[in-house]
Amino acid sequence: MKAKEVPQDDIKTFKGFGTKAMYAVDENGQYTRIPTSGWEAEEVVLRDVVDDFARLTAEAKSRVIKGETSPIEYYMNKYFMDLPALAAGMALAQWRVKRHFNPKVFAKLSPKLLQRYADFFNMDVADIKNIERKI
Amino acid sequence: MDSIRKFKHQHFAHCETGVMSALLKYQGLELSEPMVFGLSAAICFAYLPFLKFGNMPLVSYRMFPGHIVKKFPKRLGVEYFRKTYKDQDLAMAELDDFVENGRLVGLQTSAYFTTYFPPEMRFQFNAHNIIIIGKEGDEYIVSDPVFDHIERIKTADLKKARFARGLSAPNGLVHFPLKSPDAVDLKKLIKKSIKKTVHMMLYAPMPWIGIKGISHLARHIVKLSSKRNTKYTRHFLGNIVRMQEEIGTGGGGFRFMYAAFLQEAHNTLDLPVLKEASERMTAVGDRWRMFALECARIVKNKESRIDLPEIAQFLKGCGDSEKQIYRMLKTVK
Repeated sequence: MKAKEVPQDDIKTFKGFGTKAMYAVDENGQYTRIPTSGWEAEEVVLRDVVDDFARLTAEAKSRVIKGETSPIEYYMNKYFMDLPALAAGMALAQWRVKRHFNPKVFAKLSPKLLQRYADFFNMDVADIKNIERKI
Repeated sequence: MDSIRKFKHQHFAHCETGVMSALLKYQGLELSEPMVFGLSAAICFAYLPFLKFGNMPLVSYRMFPGHIVKKFPKRLGVEYFRKTYKDQDLAMAELDDFVENGRLVGLQTSAYFTTYFPPEMRFQFNAHNIIIIGKEGDEYIVSDPVFDHIERIKTADLKKARFARGLSAPNGLVHFPLKSPDAVDLKKLIKKSIKKTVHMMLYAPMPWIGIKGISHLARHIVKLSSKRNTKYTRHFLGNIVRMQEEIGTGGGGFRFMYAAFLQEAHNTLDLPVLKEASERMTAVGDRWRMFALECARIVKNKESRIDLPEIAQFLKGCGDSEKQIYRMLKTVK
């Protein structure tokens, strides 16, 4: 890639966070590091994943309100995780995390475990429980 | 605070090579990022269908994360300090000691807890690399190679980031060079590393690694046409592009960075074959970029009919032209 062909597409995800570095060839044929504001191709594929999680999050939200699942599933999707990732991050077995999706089980979660979830989702315990306000 | 004044933040393409290059430079050994990348033989291709990450098979354009920090200093003859922890408080206290003694400290962290990341890039990725250059109050001052400016992170967040759990958990890893060798035989190291790379890309005994891995992925892409739902196919192609182009690859799935290494190697060894290999590697990088663009187009248009054999053919083409380069590089002895 030539230095002047390095895309500067000003992608949304990285806006306000500066630039990334890329390697490209300058007019003398020498490799140099070029700052870039991003490439649309990378933005498109990231957006596709992010949008998919947004849809799952919205679905989980309506099911939390209907009492069909717990906020744990909502936050899992909100922070771009699937069940294996959440279970691994929490160091719990997948079946246990899945069980915590059950609103009845969730309501009886021990304060200690709830605190661990809260730490993992970077929020106060009160906010996890008080879904009306947070979700 | 001394370390902040003496240290000048550098913006790199990739976190692990960037951290290594910056730490060695601070210790008085100057090696560029492409040089670190090339000498540690970190370029690779791997398609591991049995290793799922976010329901997608793992596709990687380099050696597994941690490879450079683990192997490179020894190869270079650098005395190097590495330590992992079980006790989180001890890990944070020792970090403070190192910082107070004016050291630059390399850390492995999880992108999910690095609060200064763009929110939409805070995925569960446990092998991010940063350098701590100082501490002010409750905040650590971070030189993150993939950002163009100095960042800050709160103690509590850094603690979580160092002790994230899951795949390739950092376990609080700290690392930094202690003493650089009196002399580095660059010529010998270059030859050795190229030999290693050639061997890995052409002769790895598994079908998922190297050029074979690229063909394997191409064959799998053709098979995706049996899926009635094109959404999976879209995500599958998108996943390849993300691994190739998203932050930290220097573009073209590290191929441009390797081409830069070959150029530097040519400057050192003055072998014509290295010059040609570098130019051809640049061309391959461009080809990978075109492949990414084609995949991105499919993802964007959400097409209901995807010409998978054509995509696969394109991918195989990338592999074939790369193969010729490694064959050329075999003559470097």
